[in-house]
Formats: sequence, structure tokens, C-alpha cells
Amino acid sequence: MSTTDFLAAAPAAANDRGGAKQPLLIVRELKKYFSAKTRFLSLRADQVQAVDGVSFSIAKGSTLGVVGESGCGKSTTARLLLHLIEPDAGEIIFDGEAVGASDGISVRDLRLAAQMVFQDSYSSLNPRATIGDIIAFGPRAAKGVASRVATQRAENLLEQVGLRASLFARRYPHELSGGQRQRVNIARALALEPRLLILDEAVSALDKSVEAQILNLLSDLRDDLGLTYLFISHDLNVVRHVSDRVVVMYLGRIVEAGDVGEIFRRPLHPYTQALLRAMPSMDPDHRTSEPPLTGDPPNPINPPSGCRFRTRCVFAEAVCARVSPVLAAAKSAIGGSEDGNDPLRPSRFSSGGDRADREHQVACHMMVTGSGHSRAGAGAFGHD
Amino acid sequence: MTEISLVDPALVPEVAAGLEPRGYWQGVGERLLRDRVTLAVAAVLAVIILLAVFAPWVATHDPLQGSVLRRLKPVGTPGYFLGTDETGRDIWSRLVYGARLSLICGITPVLFATMIGGALGLIAGISGRFVNMAVMRVVDVFYAFPSVLLAIAICGVIGAGIGNTILSLSVVFTPPIVRITESLTTQVKNRDFVEAARASAAPLLSIIRHQIVPNVLGGMLVYATSLVSISIILSAGLSFLGLGVTPPNPEWGLMLNALRQAIFVNPIVAALPGVAIVITSLCFNLLSDGLRSAMDIKLPA
Repeated sequence: MSTTDFLAAAPAAANDRGGAKQPLLIVRELKKYFSAKTRFLSLRADQVQAVDGVSFSIAKGSTLGVVGESGCGKSTTARLLLHLIEPDAGEIIFDGEAVGASDGISVRDLRLAAQMVFQDSYSSLNPRATIGDIIAFGPRAAKGVASRVATQRAENLLEQVGLRASLFARRYPHELSGGQRQRVNIARALALEPRLLILDEAVSALDKSVEAQILNLLSDLRDDLGLTYLFISHDLNVVRHVSDRVVVMYLGRIVEAGDVGEIFRRPLHPYTQALLRAMPSMDPDHRTSEPPLTGDPPNPINPPSGCRFRTRCVFAEAVCARVSPVLAAAKSAIGGSEDGNDPLRPSRFSSGGDRADREHQVACHMMVTGSGHSRAGAGAFGHD
Repeated sequence: MTEISLVDPALVPEVAAGLEPRGYWQGVGERLLRDRVTLAVAAVLAVIILLAVFAPWVATHDPLQGSVLRRLKPVGTPGYFLGTDETGRDIWSRLVYGARLSLICGITPVLFATMIGGALGLIAGISGRFVNMAVMRVVDVFYAFPSVLLAIAICGVIGAGIGNTILSLSVVFTPPIVRITESLTTQVKNRDFVEAARASAAPLLSIIRHQIVPNVLGGMLVYATSLVSISIILSAGLSFLGLGVTPPNPEWGLMLNALRQAIFVNPIVAALPGVAIVITSLCFNLLSDGLRSAMDIKLPA
């Protein structure tokens, strides 16, 4: 994506088309149902509702953290964004332009502008290619950059991610350590000069000290290159450290979304509260003594009716089985305290909209006045 | 909460000094050179191939010229050091000339099958779904017949002769190659690096060429090498049954068949073509084993 393609674009950044206020990525009602293996001679195919109506947006230059248990659809969402898996329904808008629409951008252009770093640093590098070739492949194959230029650029990128090109460019992935390989993966993703980097559990397989190095590298790169991150992880500490905004997923749906401070200080959804309580405490005076969540997530082939979390939720009532809660803005009006243990009460309910990327959203009947849940409305709502 | 301390990026690599980067095939070559068994096997095969190529110079007699006077001479007879067969033809000369036909019957069907089966397997593996189903079910039909029976059936229908032997063996070896290639391709296709290549907006053809094929080729080659020995044995079997090479052409299987009647007269001479078959096919099998370990990228070079 050279500058010449965007001569008409805003002067601030050569490839910034929608302006600073336009979110880089808007996702609306993204859906993907996988058909599970059918029983023998059965005509009805079971469907795994991997991602079921996920909507979020990412502001330019910010980091959106996505958290949730394994199997909640985090990675599927990431792959849907790049159309590596074809979404069944939903809309992806990249910098104001709908992906795949006639007046929008093509999937190819989206892939050039949004790149992904995978969790398994070994499996995501071609074992038969040298590091230099791996990084140069994208520009060479997708943009037709001359081989020599692409190789030169690959070497610069290696230096940029902290690996000496003279030592690594001609090596093979199996000759590198996990941290080094993940640096190569980042360099490979950067080779196409993307604006959005999707990090799918990119640091989860690394040990803590290497993880810290990679996180610092990512943070430097974000500042230097003006990148926007979608950071998928199950590690709440890491998400808290890197994110500006956090989305919590459970069984293919978003249960809560909000700014990182809000989510960690005032978790509203019982699932988020349980997740946060599962974080090991650094303070011996605040030990976690009881298991925060029991049981496994339900089978996504036949998810529970209504609220999907109700089978594990201590507050579940009849209404939770009947009605599926909608993700909506929740505002805590009373209690000026910043302490998360304070009783919170939902007082306003807005339908989202322009401010959707700023507000604290939650999908829980307890947060909606008049939803029929005994704790909704007037009832005080606490952790336990 | 958790403050992640600032650690300088590891600018110093953990790679031992003095270890020069090498190409992949260079590494394979180096590992092969240190594998004594494979080296010895390769040397024996080279000798056999050289003997076959230079048969007119190596042979001591005309392989087709017999004489009633010198029938079934034992090993060590002056002038006929490996003895003579039932029509008095020199065994050594016939073995050397026979190596030509046996090697051709061993290698060409595998070559054809690798090209055709490899292409089909790659297509089936990459396209998945219906194409995969169609290709693999057709392959399954061929699997329903034992390979020997299938080769005999095809040769029986289209007739004897070296061309037909090669054709029928190519048909026999294509299904297993399709299967191996398809399964390797399906495995490689789902690896993250192919996904990453797709995510980089690279065109499908260049993903196949640069990401998938190099990772499928190794396993395919190893398997194909192991098929050569089976091909030699099968073609010898076809000749033995009179469906392959036609007499009086020297071919190991045919020789074995002809000498069968002499087994009580001169058992050692009668066994010689069999020994040649065993040695050659064993060598190809061991070579395939050696290739497999040499191509295993995770072993230290």
C-alpha cells in the first residue's frame, strides 16, 4: 500500500482515510456457525455457534483486548475478521469502508491492511523456508515487490524487532527459540505495512520474561508505526497491561465491553466478576479461598437458552432462561466510590450508537431495569 | 497490578558462534554423508546402475546366445563365472542386461505414478470438500484390489510387454501416492503458516508453490523411493507369470521363472536372479529410510 494509492487521503497519515474519529475497525453482528459432524444417516446437521452476533469497534491507535475461556470464539473472531474463515453473517467496516461491499474494500485490501500474529510461533513459520524468505514472502507474493527489495526490507524488519539480520536472515525456524520465532512472526506481519495487527494469543506460549520483552516490543512498535492492536488473550494480567478497551466473550457472545479501567474496577457481568476473581492475587491478605466458577462451559452445539452463562451463574433466575440479554450500555449512577466492591445499580439504558466505543456495555438482565430479574432495578447488586 | 519490567530486547542471539547458516538441501546432504548405511546402500545402487548402463562392455557374452553344449554349468565354470542357464546362456551377462529392464520397470512406473498421483493428491488436498471426495473415492475403488492382482488384471487385459508392464504398474502405484500426498497436503494446509500466507493476501498459486509443495515433497519422495523396490518385485512377478517382459529378453523375473525347473540340478545358479532382485529392492528400501531421517529437519545436522 504505497503512498501514491492514497494521494487524496487526509494529510495526517498517508493511508488514513476516515480521519482520526473514524474507528479503524467496526464489527457488526458477526456470526459463524460451524456444522458439526452429523450422526450417521441423520439429515439434521448440528451447528456449533462459534461466534454468535459479535459487535465491537476499535479506535485508531488503540488496543482492544479480547478475553474469555478457551472455546469462547476469540480465535474464530480473529479469523473471521481477515476472512480466513468466511463469516456467515455480519459486517466488517475497515476505516469507514465495508469489507466485500461494492463501494467498500476487497478482502485482499483488508488483508494487506490488517495482519495477524498467531499463538504457535513454530507452526506459523514455514519450516522449509529461511527467516528472510518467510518475511519477504508476503510483499513478494502479494504486492509483487522485487525479490531483492523484499529481502532488504525483511532484513530491516528483523533489526526492527530486535534480531540481527546477518545472523538470522538465513536461518530456519527450528534453529530459533520461541521468543525469537515470535519476533519473526511479528516482523512477518509488519512486512505488509499493516495498520491493524491482530495478536491471537501471541504471547501466551512464551515464558514470562520473554513475554515481557515481546509486549514491550509491541508497545514500541505501536508508538513508532501508529499501529492499532486487537489483542486476544486468556491472560487477564496481560490484557490489563496492554489494552485500552476490553471485550469479554463467553460462548460466542460478548458479555461485557468497556474501558480497561472500568472493566477491572467495576466488572458488571457475573462472568467477568468470576474471571477477575480467578486471577491470582498478589496480596496474601486477599487470598482467593473459593473456586470462582464451577463446571465447564456448556456444549456450544446446544447452547443454553436465553443467557448462555446462566448454567454457571449464581444469580440465574427464570427470566435468564427465557430471554437472551442484549449487550447495552450500563451506567452506574449511585455510589461515587471507585471501589469495585461497591453495590452498583443500573440506572440508564441506551441503545448504543456513536458512543458505543466509549461506554461500558454489559449483557445481563440484572443490569436492566424491569427485565424481570429480582436483582434488576431497585435491588442492590454485589459480588456475593 | 502486574508491572511488567522493561527488559531490553534480546539483541544478542542465543545461537552458538561459528555455526554457519546452511540451506535445507545442504543440511540433508550433510546428514546423508554421515549415515554410513545409506552411503553404502547408495554405493551398491550406483554400481548396479553403472553395470546396467555399461552392460555391453561389462557382459562377457551375448545374453541371447545359447548353446546346448554348455547348459546349466555351475558357478565358477571357466569363462562363465556365474554359470549358465537352461539354454546355455551366460548368467552374468543376462543379469547385467536384465538389470536394465528391471531398473526401468522399477523406476519408471514410480516416476509416472508420482507425477500423476502427486498432482491429484495435491489438488484433492487443497480443494477439499467435493473434489477431495471425488478423487479419494475413485482411489478407494483401486484400493479394493490387491496391488498384485490389479497389475495382473491390467496386464492380462492389455497384453504382455514392457510398455504394458510400466503402464499397469503406474496405475497400481498411483492410488497410494494420491493418498499420501492428499494426507500430507491436508495436514500442511491447516498449519498456521499457510493461514498466515493466506492472511498476507498472497495468490493461491504462490501459496501452493512456496508454502505447501516444499513441505509435501519430502514425505512424498521418501514414500516413492520405497515403492521402487515393490515395483521391481512386482514387475519381476509379472514377467515370472509371463505377463511382463517377453522371452528371450533378459529380465530378472523372467530368468527366475526359466531357471525354476533347474532348481534341483543347479540350485545356486537358479537362485541368482532372485538374489539380484533382493539386493536391489533392499537397497532402495534402505535408501528410502536414510532419506527419511536425513530429511527430518528437527534432527541436528
